[in-house]
Amino acid sequence: MTLDTVDNATRTPDVELPWAELGLKKDEYERVVEILGRRPTGAELAMYSVMWSEHCSYKSSKVHLRQFGEKAPRSDALLVGIGENAGVVDVGQGYAVTFKVESHNHPSYVEPYQGAATGVGGIVRDIIAMGARPVAVVDPLRFGAADHPDTKRVLPGVVAGIGGYGNCLGLPNIGGEVVFDACYQGNPLVNAGAIGVMRHEDIHLAKASGAGNKVILYGARTGGDGIGGASILASETFDDAKPSKRPAVQVGDPFQEKLLIECTLEAFAEKLVVGIQDLGAAGLSCATSELASNGSGGMHVVLDDVPLRDSTLSPEEILMSESQERMCAVVEPEKVERFLAICEKWDVIATVIGEVTDGDRLEIYWHGEKIVDVDPRTVAHDGPVYERPYARPDWQDALQADDANKLPRPAGGDQLRDQVLRLVGSPNQASKAWITSQYDHLVQGNTVLAQPQDSGMIRIDEESGLGVALATDGNGRYAKLDPYHGAQLALAEAYRNVATTGARPLAVSDCLNFGSPEDPAVMWQFAEAVRGLADACQELGTPVTGGNVSLYNQTGEAAIHPTPVVAVLGVIDDVARRTPVAFQEEGQLLYLLGDTREEFGGSAWSQVVHDHLGGLPPQVDLERERLLAEILIAASRDGMADSAHDLSDGGLVQAVTESALLGGKGARLVVPDGLDAFTFLFSESAGRALVAVPRSEELRFTDMCGARGLPATRIGVVDGREEDGAVVEVQGEFSLPLTELRTAHETTIPAVLA
Amino acid sequence: MTSRIGVVTFPGSLDDRDTQRAIRLAGAEPVALWHKDKDLKQVDAVVLPGGFSYGDYLRAGAISRFSPVMETIIAEAKSGLPVLGICNGFQVLTEAHLLPGAMLGNNHLHFICRDQKLRVENSATAWTADFAAGQEIHIPLKNMDGRYVADARTLDMLEAEGRVVFRYVAGADEEAGAVPGVGHNPNGSLRDIAGITNETGSVVGLMPHPEHAVESLVGNGRTDGLPFFTSILKRLVSA
Repeated sequence: MTLDTVDNATRTPDVELPWAELGLKKDEYERVVEILGRRPTGAELAMYSVMWSEHCSYKSSKVHLRQFGEKAPRSDALLVGIGENAGVVDVGQGYAVTFKVESHNHPSYVEPYQGAATGVGGIVRDIIAMGARPVAVVDPLRFGAADHPDTKRVLPGVVAGIGGYGNCLGLPNIGGEVVFDACYQGNPLVNAGAIGVMRHEDIHLAKASGAGNKVILYGARTGGDGIGGASILASETFDDAKPSKRPAVQVGDPFQEKLLIECTLEAFAEKLVVGIQDLGAAGLSCATSELASNGSGGMHVVLDDVPLRDSTLSPEEILMSESQERMCAVVEPEKVERFLAICEKWDVIATVIGEVTDGDRLEIYWHGEKIVDVDPRTVAHDGPVYERPYARPDWQDALQADDANKLPRPAGGDQLRDQVLRLVGSPNQASKAWITSQYDHLVQGNTVLAQPQDSGMIRIDEESGLGVALATDGNGRYAKLDPYHGAQLALAEAYRNVATTGARPLAVSDCLNFGSPEDPAVMWQFAEAVRGLADACQELGTPVTGGNVSLYNQTGEAAIHPTPVVAVLGVIDDVARRTPVAFQEEGQLLYLLGDTREEFGGSAWSQVVHDHLGGLPPQVDLERERLLAEILIAASRDGMADSAHDLSDGGLVQAVTESALLGGKGARLVVPDGLDAFTFLFSESAGRALVAVPRSEELRFTDMCGARGLPATRIGVVDGREEDGAVVEVQGEFSLPLTELRTAHETTIPAVLA
Repeated sequence: MTSRIGVVTFPGSLDDRDTQRAIRLAGAEPVALWHKDKDLKQVDAVVLPGGFSYGDYLRAGAISRFSPVMETIIAEAKSGLPVLGICNGFQVLTEAHLLPGAMLGNNHLHFICRDQKLRVENSATAWTADFAAGQEIHIPLKNMDGRYVADARTLDMLEAEGRVVFRYVAGADEEAGAVPGVGHNPNGSLRDIAGITNETGSVVGLMPHPEHAVESLVGNGRTDGLPFFTSILKRLVSA
C-alpha cells in the first residue's frame, strides 16, 4: 500500500480520487484542485469533503443566515456572537451564559438510542469548549404519528438515549417539547440544547495562537466510528483488501464525557488553555482546521501520535473519525505538564499531537511523510456557497385558502365537553410525564422550574438568587401554512414562555429543520422562515447568538413540515420571584391577557377534531408580545401573579387544564362578552396568557394592565380541590371533574408507548 | 468547631456538590474526599453520594467499592464511623458488604425521576434520629438500578432487627399520576424497601436523594431531607 503523500500527489496528477463518493460535486472538487494547485492527497480530500459538507459548511443556508447578523438588534448583552461554538450572553453580576440548540435528526432515526445520546454529548462539548460549566439540557423532539408502529421503535430509544447520556453526565433536563405528526414519520427531529455558565473572564474561544504552543488531543481514543466516507477512500483507492464496513452512527460513553467536563473545567480554572475546540462532526479535520484558521499562525500535526482504539485505521480515517468524547486544546509549552497532570487525575488520556507554527499552513504528517499541506482557512471557511433557487410552491395558495375557521364547530355544551376531552387527551396535548420522568431534572440542586413549566429555570447564584430561564418552541403546522409568520410565532411563543415564568428574554438560538434544499419549494420555506425570524428578533431586541441548520429531512418527495425550533434565553434577578404554571390557591382570580380572535388555522383543535391543516396561522403582533412580556415580568417581580401560563397550541382550555391538574385545583370560568364559548376555549390567538391573581392584588394588577394598554379580562376563579371533587366548569356550557380531565390527559402517552 | 462530614467524589459522582450543600445548610462542614486518596482528612462521618460512579460499568458500585478511599471507609465503618450511602452510594455500600442485599435494574426497565413518599421505619439510626418513627416524608428519587433484593432469610432478619429504615408508601406523585403506570413502589424493591441500616445503626443506605429536599425553592420544594444531616450533626456534637 502506497501512502498518498503531498509529494506523491504532485508527482501523480492524474490519479482519480473518489470525490463523488465522498459527497463532493465536480465543481467543488475542481475548486479544491485550484486552491492547492495540484490534486489533493487522500487525506486532504477527506478533510475538504467533510468540511465542505452541508452539515459543516452551511453551503445552502449561509446566504440566508447572514440576515441574523445584518439585522441583529443592538444588544449590550451579547458577549460572543454567531460563529463560535456557542454564543455568550451577559446576564449580570459578572456571569455569562452560553447556550445553543443542535440537531441530531438523521442518526437518531437510524439508531435512536445512540443517535440521541451522542446529540446530547455533542451540544454539551460545545458548551464546555466556550469555558462554561454546563448546567442544564433541553430536548425538543418530533416524531411520526403516535400510533404508528415505528414511533414505538424510535421514541422510546430516543428518550432512553437522552436520559442514559444526560442523566449520567449529571445535567438536569429542564425542558423541551414532544410533538407527533405524520410528516416526521421517516424523519424524526431530535434537537438538543444546553446551557452553560461562566464568569466573564473565563470565556474561551476556538483559536490556536502563539507559535510553539502545543496542540493536545484528550479524551477518548479515536476509533472507526462515524467514518463511512473515509472507508470509501481507504478501501477503493488505496487498499482493496481492507475491511471497510464501519458503523456510521457513533457510540457514546457518557462516563468519559463526564470526566472530560471535569478535567476541562479544572484546566480552565488554572488558566492553562489558550484555545479549545471540541471534536464533533468531521472530528480532527474540523478541530485542527478551525483552530488553525481562527488563530494567528499555522499548525503542525503528527497523526501517528493520536491514541487509537483500532490500530488498523488509515490516516484518512483518523482525520474523519467522529469518535465521541474528544477535545483539542492549545496550551503554552510551560503549562503542558500541568495540563497533562490534570488529565491524569481524571484518568483522561491526553497526548500532544502537534504545535502551532509561525507559518500559515496546516501540515499533517504520517510515518514521517507529509500527507496534508493546506491553508486551513480554505478548509474551514472557504467552502462553497450556494444561491439555491427558491420559489413559493404552487400549492401554497390552495393550502391557505382551505380555511380552518370554516370547519364545523361543536354545537352545545355536550359537544364542547367531548371535544375538550379529546383535545387534552390527544398525543400532542397530553401529559408527557412518561417521557420527562425518565430524565433527571434535579441534579446540581439548582433547578427552580422544569418541564412541564413554561420554561426551565436554573439558579446560577445561591447568594443573590440570580437565575436563567430557557424555553424552546416550534410549530411546524403554522410554518407550513406560512413559513415567515410560522417562524415568528415560534419565537413569540418561546419569548412569551420565558416572560411567563418571570424572566426577561435576552437572546435567541435556533435549530432550523427543513427538507431538501435542492427542492425550490423547501428552499423558499427556509428563506421565508429565516427572514421572518431575523425580522422578529430585530423587532423584539433579542439577537440570534448561534444555531444549527438541519436540511434533507425528507423521505423521497415528502419533506417534513418546515420546523424552525427557537430557543429563548432569559434572566431573572431573583428566582424566588418566579411564576409557576400550577394554580396555587383557591379563590384567586383568573385573568386572560391579550385579544382572542377566531384563529383556528393550524390549531390543535383542527388537527384533533378534523385532521385538518389549512388556512392561515394566528396573526403575529410583536409589539403586543413585548408589552405582554413586560406585564408578566412586572407581575412576577411585584407579587401580583401567583401562577401564569402562556396560551399557545390548544388555546385557553389547554392552559386551564394544565394549571388545574398541576395544582390539583379546579376553576370556574365565564365566557366573556363578545366571545362564543368555542372561540374562548380553542382559539390559538398569539400574544395571550392566563394569570391567577390574588384578590388583594387585583386592583394593582388591572391598573397596571389598563395603564399600559394591555387587554385584561376577568374570566373566572380558582375553585375547589381535586380531592374534594373539584371541576373545571364553563358556566352554562359544561362541567368536567378534574379526575376525568386527569385520566384523559395522563393516560394517552403511556397507553401508546408503554 | 462544627462537625466535619466527608463527601466522596468518585469518577462519575454527580450529586457530590449537592450533598456538600445539604451538609452546609444543616450547619456542618462538608469535606471533599477523593476516590484515589485513602486519607479521610479526619472527618467525623462520610456520605457516599449519588451518580454513576465509573459509569455504572460492570455493575452499579462494583468498581468504586475497590477504590483506595473505600479501603479506609470499609475499615473505619466496621469500627463505628457513620456512613450514609445515597442512591449510587447505597449501591456501593451493598457491593462493599457494609449492608446486605443487592440492587437490580428497575422492574419497569426505565430510569425514573419523581418525588417519592417514604415512611421512616427506624428513627434510631445515626442518620434518622431527627425523624419520628412512622413519620411520612417526601424525598425525590432518581435511578436506573434501584430494585432492592435479598434472599428471604436476609429480608426476615432485617425486618426482625428493625433494620429496614425506609419503605416506599403510596402518596405524592403516583397518586397525582406524574409517572403513569408505576405504582407506589418505583422500582420493584422487595417488601417496598427504600433504605436499610447495619447492626449498629451507624451505616445507612437508601435509594431516594435527601440532598434534593433541603430547600423550598429547588429540588422537590420541601425540606424533608434536612433531618438526615441534622441527625448526624447532633449525634456528632453530643458524642
